Amino acid sequence: MDLSAINPILLLASLMVAATAVMIAALGELIVERAGVLNLGVEGMMITGAIIGFAAAVHSGSPAVGFVAAAVGGAGLSLLFALLTQVALANQVASGLALTLFGLGLSSLIGQGYVGIKPPVIPKLNIPLLSDIPVLGPILFRHDMVVYFGILLVVLVWLFLKYTRAGLVLRAVGENHEAAHALGYKVVRIRVLAIMFGGACAGVGGAYVSLVRVPQWTEGMTAGVGWIALALVVFASWKPWRVLLGAYLFGGVTVLQLNLQAAGIAIPVEYLSMSPYLITIIVLVIMSNRRSASPASLGKTFHAAQ
Amino acid sequence: MKMKKRSFLAGTAMALGLAATGAWAQDDKVKVGFVYVGPINDGGWTQHHHESALKMVETIGADKVDMVYQENVAEGPDSERAMTQMALEGADLIFTTSFGYMDPTINVAAKFPNVKFEHATGYKTAPNVSAYSARFYEGRAVMGTIAGRMTKSNIIGYIASVPIPEVVRGINSSYIHAKKVNPDVQFKVIWLYTWMDPAKEADAARTLIEQGADVIFQHTDSTAPLAAARDAGNVIGFGQAGDMIEYAPSPRVSSIIDNWEPYYTSRVKAVMDGTWESHNVWEGINTGMVGIGEITSAVPAEVKAEAEALQASIESGEYHPFTGPLKKQDGSDWLAEGETADDGTLAGMNFYVEGIDAELPN
Repeated sequence: MDLSAINPILLLASLMVAATAVMIAALGELIVERAGVLNLGVEGMMITGAIIGFAAAVHSGSPAVGFVAAAVGGAGLSLLFALLTQVALANQVASGLALTLFGLGLSSLIGQGYVGIKPPVIPKLNIPLLSDIPVLGPILFRHDMVVYFGILLVVLVWLFLKYTRAGLVLRAVGENHEAAHALGYKVVRIRVLAIMFGGACAGVGGAYVSLVRVPQWTEGMTAGVGWIALALVVFASWKPWRVLLGAYLFGGVTVLQLNLQAAGIAIPVEYLSMSPYLITIIVLVIMSNRRSASPASLGKTFHAAQ
Repeated sequence: MKMKKRSFLAGTAMALGLAATGAWAQDDKVKVGFVYVGPINDGGWTQHHHESALKMVETIGADKVDMVYQENVAEGPDSERAMTQMALEGADLIFTTSFGYMDPTINVAAKFPNVKFEHATGYKTAPNVSAYSARFYEGRAVMGTIAGRMTKSNIIGYIASVPIPEVVRGINSSYIHAKKVNPDVQFKVIWLYTWMDPAKEADAARTLIEQGADVIFQHTDSTAPLAAARDAGNVIGFGQAGDMIEYAPSPRVSSIIDNWEPYYTSRVKAVMDGTWESHNVWEGINTGMVGIGEITSAVPAEVKAEAEALQASIESGEYHPFTGPLKKQDGSDWLAEGETADDGTLAGMNFYVEGIDAELPN
């Protein structure tokens, strides 16, 4: 065992990278669920975003175009879910699962021609002065734009939910859609917009995996990150800052356990392997002291005539 | 969960496809099924099984063989469903191409005594189940030699998948041969408990590189570790299962290539002739089942010559990669001077050799 081989600065820096994809996807799903809709299709939208973003970045040569395309692709796919659940009033759980299956199939179809291709490189930001600060510089200020975008998104989602009228309306729709409807809010329209936001975020999260974290296209490459994002929303009690905490915890323990393995620490590998899931769940469950934090109308079908 | 749902869909589609082809299939055509653990374009393990299968069809003739396959089949109970479906649709011979299909293959084979099964990389057989595998550790010996010579930091990273004898053999063989040419070499092993998860593989490769490794071995199926090595610069790696030539000349400096085609062709022919019998074979560099990909210009000429000499001596049978004196990790004796390991021990290998500073998961 040689713990000195682990460089804590590099560890913390890669933690931020490891957490970003799941965090962005979870923030999207958080808005969807706060609006009272349960979309289990996060994995499908992520993988679709991963390939659409990858393809767009390869063809345009610009990673930025890739991320925008991924957001549009994810939102587009989520419209299918919106159509099924908000217009056709289909069961949300079944529709969400179908969306995941569809997204996985669609992505491998689109991805046929993109195996083994290298995407354009995303420049690291390297903020002058700040990135030269010892210790903090490499940890905080030498990442790609998307890492900062993820943190900004946490702030924006939090501000939106807590301090804006639109956020209040969205929450009202999620807590009691009949009351919101009675007050004259367009429940379906608000939910469709929330679903599209969730899809866009999932798409960006997926593209982060295929464009930055790996970076290449492989079928099924999100490998369950979407499900982790879903779980994170629940364990974070539908609160943006806890999503950030949970994602960083999850990413952190993931990277840490790899480091501990490589350093040859004497903890059985099986325990290290499951530790990211276990620790994230335990910490977030302990933090969520209030049991009934879930939006009251979550997963319920709404029809104006009822 | 994802895999199962996914393969359920694939299975439904496959059932429809099989039903359609079944109706048209001629009885004199031999029907061969392949069950794959990953997607057919993973760039590694599954892709090479699939390409070998396609070449087999080409060699024998598409008018004589009907090939069906199912990709992304999760190991475990789900694979029984896939095999059963193929058997019910009239397959004469079914190749199951991942270690975790071993017990499912035995179970399904018991229900279909007239269908022949071939399971890759396992050790259980039955009257209608053969086991076939490749001595990848022979290729690992060659890679280990290159790794030991090429490393400057003397730290070699190893991305391991699932703790089964096959993977443990690979680690031991690489280590023994790296150590032989470079006594200061140190191995760092990371277990991922998956055959394919590009994000995890990339993270593992980066972690190893951050901890000083400048050579990365992988026993996982995607090219993500090579992508990470390329980004890091000055780090080399090896193609696994497939040639992964798109990463040559560096980071990919050589590769272990699985070539199943000759075996598939001979076994399908055996079924056609009625000479098929259950067996347990383990072929290596000598029959071509284990191929060594081109050693690139990134490797100095003398190292290349040394690696090729080792390859030749393994091929001729003159040298066995597990030749004593060798001790187990705990310091107990394993092989005496000049003694070579028997296949039984190798098939069940569950220990590291002396010198590897890591804990082997059970």
